Amino acid sequence: MSDLERLNTGSTAFSPGRIGAMIQRYLYLIRSSWPRMVSMFYWPTLQILIWGFIQTFLIQHSSFFAQAVGVLIGAVLLWDVMFRGQLGFSLSFFEEIWSRNMGHLLVSPLRISEFILALMVMSTLRTLIAVIPAAIIAYLMFEFSILSLGIMLAAFLFSLLMFGWAVGLVVSGLALRYGQSAEELAWALLFLLAPIAAVYYPVAILPGWVEPIAYAFPLAHVFEGLRAIMIDGQVRLDFLAWSFALNALYIGLGVAVFLYFFEQARERGMLLQLGE
Amino acid sequence: MSTPSRARSEAIRVSGLTKTFSTVAAVDGISFLVPHGSTTALLGGNGAGKTTTISMLLGLIKPTAGTIEVLGVDMRRARHKALARMNFESPYVDLPKRLTVRENLRVYGRLYGVKDVASRIDELAGELALTEFLDRPSGTLSAGQKTRVGLAKAFINTPELLLLDEPTASLDPDTADWVRQHFSNYKERSGATILLASHNMTEVERLADNVIMMNKGRIVDEGAPRELIARYGRANMEEVFIDIARNRRKPSREEEGAAVDELLSHGPRAVSEEVRS
Repeated sequence: MSDLERLNTGSTAFSPGRIGAMIQRYLYLIRSSWPRMVSMFYWPTLQILIWGFIQTFLIQHSSFFAQAVGVLIGAVLLWDVMFRGQLGFSLSFFEEIWSRNMGHLLVSPLRISEFILALMVMSTLRTLIAVIPAAIIAYLMFEFSILSLGIMLAAFLFSLLMFGWAVGLVVSGLALRYGQSAEELAWALLFLLAPIAAVYYPVAILPGWVEPIAYAFPLAHVFEGLRAIMIDGQVRLDFLAWSFALNALYIGLGVAVFLYFFEQARERGMLLQLGE
Repeated sequence: MSTPSRARSEAIRVSGLTKTFSTVAAVDGISFLVPHGSTTALLGGNGAGKTTTISMLLGLIKPTAGTIEVLGVDMRRARHKALARMNFESPYVDLPKRLTVRENLRVYGRLYGVKDVASRIDELAGELALTEFLDRPSGTLSAGQKTRVGLAKAFINTPELLLLDEPTASLDPDTADWVRQHFSNYKERSGATILLASHNMTEVERLADNVIMMNKGRIVDEGAPRELIARYGRANMEEVFIDIARNRRKPSREEEGAAVDELLSHGPRAVSEEVRS
């Protein structure tokens, strides 16, 4: 084999090119199926319509909602950012299991860190595809502009995406270990946290002993921060700081769980059988 | 067990490789060498440990014990250094069905860091007769066409080492023959090393320079196909395979020599007792 041919084979160091290849693979997949594309923004759009009408009704019958226009729709949109972020990560991962492609991927030079980063980028893209139409409808039909959150919007979005990735890592790890039966968790796991996430009501509504548990997750901090802007007109950087600090912790935990299950799957010889 | 000559450098060096699932040893302390530029076949029946061995070589299964060195790289420590220089094909692992053949090859070309992916795809399309269905979704192809696409994926990075897990399983004899011819051509052209897991005797006889016979996770015999056929006094590898599967193993000349030496070292009385028995 000539030196030229040897150079033809890729670098073994961390490679943005390989991350790009994985993103390209998922974009091809989305492009190849219009039902897949539609399903990405179908539910968020439907959600925003239902909650938009509920909010319109409440504004007409409650002085609180009349003063805090958009607090419900804003919460619905942001919850969806996290949910879609998590789904975007997990479902992209599941695509490899469904297509029985994992064996080829894991014996290519693709590193686990590159794979995870590609899934994070895809999660962001899928979330944007899902949420942008819903945000436009919220603006056109219910006069709520998510851009009214100003610069904090980007920070909230990123914080929620990060938590979505952390949950996505855990779900994907479980899929490595338990196969497709873990797929249900992709849809259900996040809703376990919904009652204490304080999406639609303040943390103070929760029983006293639940409040510390709620604040142990980044979600409560983000949604309290959202309400502080929309109801009190205050930018609470403390909420934001807490949410990022907790996200760093949960992403670290997510990576550890994913790697643990990956090693378990290698130990048990399950990687070649994934998807069967 | 004799080992291949160490005069040639090895593409694969396996020592004491073991994989235990719960209490079952799928691979039980095997050691072998695969010389650079050779084609070696792992031969054995179902459950012999061939796929587990190949999976451990690729890093898909974690060994319970033993060491694996591929292309001079310790696979436990730095397998990514070797993975870029090797490739793998198995009919049991698919390429994404919704992507077209060209899209799949483009993705894998980029994953393997191929410099000019478009030209490489055109080159492979010519060699493997893929041109007419390059832009069709992979899921719509026939078994034979899928195999050719799988081969294109396996050759995309011009690998120095090819690991093949039953590459012609479920192919008709004509397509299987075509595939084998392609492996031979590639090896001749590139000097690549091929490790092949199979229970197709025609394939093994035609392609392999050396055969490692496995049974119940152990290496039970080893040698060139002609040598094994001669030693067992059989007409072909299929009959040798059946002998080994039914525990009718014939010792090699070296083993016979070693056994005689051992016997002689115990004196003439031991020899006469052995002859009587």
